[in-house]
Amino acid sequence: MSGNQFMFYLFGAVIVIFSILAVTSRKILRAAVFLLFVLIATSGLYFMLNYQFLAAVQLTLYAGGIVVLIIFSILLTSHISEKFEPIKPQKSIFSALAAIIGAVLCIITLLDYNFKAGNAIAADLDMTVIGKALLSYKYDGYILPFEVISILLLAAMIASIVIAKKIKK
Amino acid sequence: MTEGTPLTYFLILGTIMFFIGIYGFLTRRNLITILMSVELILNSVNINFVAFNKYLYPDKLQGHFFTLFIIAVAAAEAAVAIAIIINIYRNFNSINVEDADEMKY
Amino acid sequence: MSNFNYTLFIVLIPLAMFLLLGLQGHKFKKLSGILGTTGLGIAWILSLITAYQYFFVYGNVGGVFKPMLAYNSVWLQMTETLHIDMGILLDPISVMMLVVITTVSFMVHIYSNGYMKDEQGFARFFAFLSLFTFSMLGLVIATNIFQMYIFWELVGVSSYLLIGYYYQKPSAVSASKKAFIVTRFADLGFLIGILLLSFNTKTFDFISLTDIHGPAIACGAGASFLGLSVMTWSLIFVFMGGAGKSAMFPLHIWLPDAMEGPTPVSALIHAATMVVAGVYLVARLFPVYAISAPQGLEVVGYVGCFSSLFAAVIACTQYDIKRVLAYSTMSQIGYMMVGLGVSHYGGEEGLGFMASMFHLFTHAMFKALLFLGAGAIIHAVHTNEMTEMGGLRKYLPITHITFLIACLTIAGIPLLSAFFSKDEILTAAFHNNKLIFFVQLFVAGLTAFYMFRLYFRVFWNKEPHYHHTPHESPLTMTIPLMFLAVCSIFAGYIPFSQFVTSDSKPFESVMEMGIAIPSVVVGLFGILIAFVMYKKETTLPDRISTGFSFFYKWAFHKFYFDELYLFVTKKIIFRFISRPVAWFDRHIVDGTMNGISAVTNYVSFQIRGFQSGQLQQYAYVFVSGLVGLALVILYAFVK
Repeated sequence: MSGNQFMFYLFGAVIVIFSILAVTSRKILRAAVFLLFVLIATSGLYFMLNYQFLAAVQLTLYAGGIVVLIIFSILLTSHISEKFEPIKPQKSIFSALAAIIGAVLCIITLLDYNFKAGNAIAADLDMTVIGKALLSYKYDGYILPFEVISILLLAAMIASIVIAKKIKK
Repeated sequence: MTEGTPLTYFLILGTIMFFIGIYGFLTRRNLITILMSVELILNSVNINFVAFNKYLYPDKLQGHFFTLFIIAVAAAEAAVAIAIIINIYRNFNSINVEDADEMKY
Repeated sequence: MSNFNYTLFIVLIPLAMFLLLGLQGHKFKKLSGILGTTGLGIAWILSLITAYQYFFVYGNVGGVFKPMLAYNSVWLQMTETLHIDMGILLDPISVMMLVVITTVSFMVHIYSNGYMKDEQGFARFFAFLSLFTFSMLGLVIATNIFQMYIFWELVGVSSYLLIGYYYQKPSAVSASKKAFIVTRFADLGFLIGILLLSFNTKTFDFISLTDIHGPAIACGAGASFLGLSVMTWSLIFVFMGGAGKSAMFPLHIWLPDAMEGPTPVSALIHAATMVVAGVYLVARLFPVYAISAPQGLEVVGYVGCFSSLFAAVIACTQYDIKRVLAYSTMSQIGYMMVGLGVSHYGGEEGLGFMASMFHLFTHAMFKALLFLGAGAIIHAVHTNEMTEMGGLRKYLPITHITFLIACLTIAGIPLLSAFFSKDEILTAAFHNNKLIFFVQLFVAGLTAFYMFRLYFRVFWNKEPHYHHTPHESPLTMTIPLMFLAVCSIFAGYIPFSQFVTSDSKPFESVMEMGIAIPSVVVGLFGILIAFVMYKKETTLPDRISTGFSFFYKWAFHKFYFDELYLFVTKKIIFRFISRPVAWFDRHIVDGTMNGISAVTNYVSFQIRGFQSGQLQQYAYVFVSGLVGLALVILYAFVK
């Protein structure tokens, strides 16, 4: 077993286990922390695949930004010590059934399919390449989605302020 | 770097993570935990994109950038969702999804 | 041919008045009476001009009065030949009716200005009067039987509205309903008759229907049913409608109750115009009756004869002056029907037809006069009961004189108008049917008796105690009285046989003394009995009524016909037909409907859980549906 394989199984195990814990934990803050572990493990996978920039973004934005945001809102709306009521077994069983059937179906289909690996030389993933690609308006440039996403972020920012603002009575 | 771990493994991992997210989405009652499940689902999709890019078209960057944009969208979505959750909390004094059922019948 | 286009205005002016007063009447208040009267006055003058032009200038072509279409437009085209028109037909009887209607209506309008002065809904009254006049005029000038039917119903509606004028009075409301339902029931027969007739003759048009050489009359004679030809059946059905409107036995029950309406209305509608519509209808189709359905004409004659006797007997026992007049009206219409029934087509043989129309004309004048006089009396003493009247001749001199003239006229005293017309009916009856003749002669005596019973009770007899001294009516009421009195006296001198005859050819009618003298004697005898019994207060009437107590009671209760009808409708039709049908409707028909709605309701309540507002439930359905679909597609279609 090579190091890479080992790392994959490690990250995979972490992701699966902590995902399950994140959706089943009865304490909300713990669930948030388990989610954090999942996100960090995902960024580890990105590192493994040699996408350092993406991994860094995953860490800072997801782990550093979104999770912190979630934790803040938890603190605003919930009691930390509070435990969720257990889920109704009926609901749990049926949801699990749907999820498992779906997963099995997908996996069987995946295993059936024979992917042809591309054998081109891996692109250079220097930061300058990424930056230029993002700002290029040529054939393989991403300037339009980049602009769109910036407007989306601005709109989301304004929207969250407006929505969360207290209405003066 | 990618020897020994075929593309299928990544995809299976993504699938499992995706359906765990679905399970959470269907069973959780707290709106914030539902949001967390959605983040899980988005992440599993990201893994898929990245893996496809790496294994099938290593000379291109589409999957990479798509993931980037998904992360940005997820951030925006999380921000708006949390604003909505706070507003719901203010109106219903609860962030239980079953209490926010005004829009029915 | 002359231009008779202006006749359109005779019809349209009352309609315009109805719309104006009906929609805007509240703005005019007292002015509305003057407006309505003015409009009618114009229509009256136009009708007189029409009559003059028709009878003396343009109508008589080669010794025959030709029917003329003053105006015609196709309204509903049904087939190539069968179409419903709207138009104006001028021929002797329609022109005569125009004059009768507008004259009486005009007088009633003037009279109502005084009589209805202090009533609520003054404008409404005049609006309805205008509507009635419009409908009645439309009826008589109808060019085809369907137009006539339309206006026939309109007349029924306006009659209903006017009888129910005092809609706060329960008796008026029920009377109006009764009138409407009974005549409506009769109109059903009329409609069936129209359908049968038009089916067989393929035309609605009066001119082609009544053309004796035309194809219409010939083609109905073939088929037969129960021994009578289809033509006869259809004409009997048509007559049923006419009998309903004209209050012939056994559809007469609505007429006495219709006296709940204001008295001018009774004078206009229930004496002079609307109730003779049945007579007019038969007269309008007279050639068809006379040539292709003589049995139908016999029915008309016998029904008329029986009705006149029946009504005259009842009239002798009634105390409500308006009811006496109502039964008298019924009796006189019976006379007209008899006149038609004993007539034949053409020339001297058509004497009955001419006499009937003549009597219709004179009757309209003197009966309107009687009713308006009765209105004046009621106006003065505020009661309808003749037991509470007496000795009124001192207080109401003009009314007294005019009323006396009308009574003498109806009694058939020589030189007054009804003498001539009644005498001619009797002559026609004598030559055709002796039984009818003797009955009618007896009825003539009864007529004189009950009219003078009324007259002596009201104007002579013992004076009861009045709450306030009765006073003569205002000029607006007495002028029509005087005018109509003059008409009643002189209308008889019009040489009717020169103008209105069954085949439109003038002929000379002669007075047969052998018939005139007995009828006058009988009339005088009736007056004499009334004089003895009612001139002074005596116990004689009471003794007679107790002497014939059984018969008297029978007649007093109108031979229990109302009760009989009530029994038939309430006890038999309602209980054995309407109730089961209502039960069926309520439980089976409604039950099915309610069942459908209940099931829908139940199912909706059961499945509304799907729309729970629970986000996760939706998501669950979505996900499981997706998985299910994927399964189906992967394993059922792919491979």
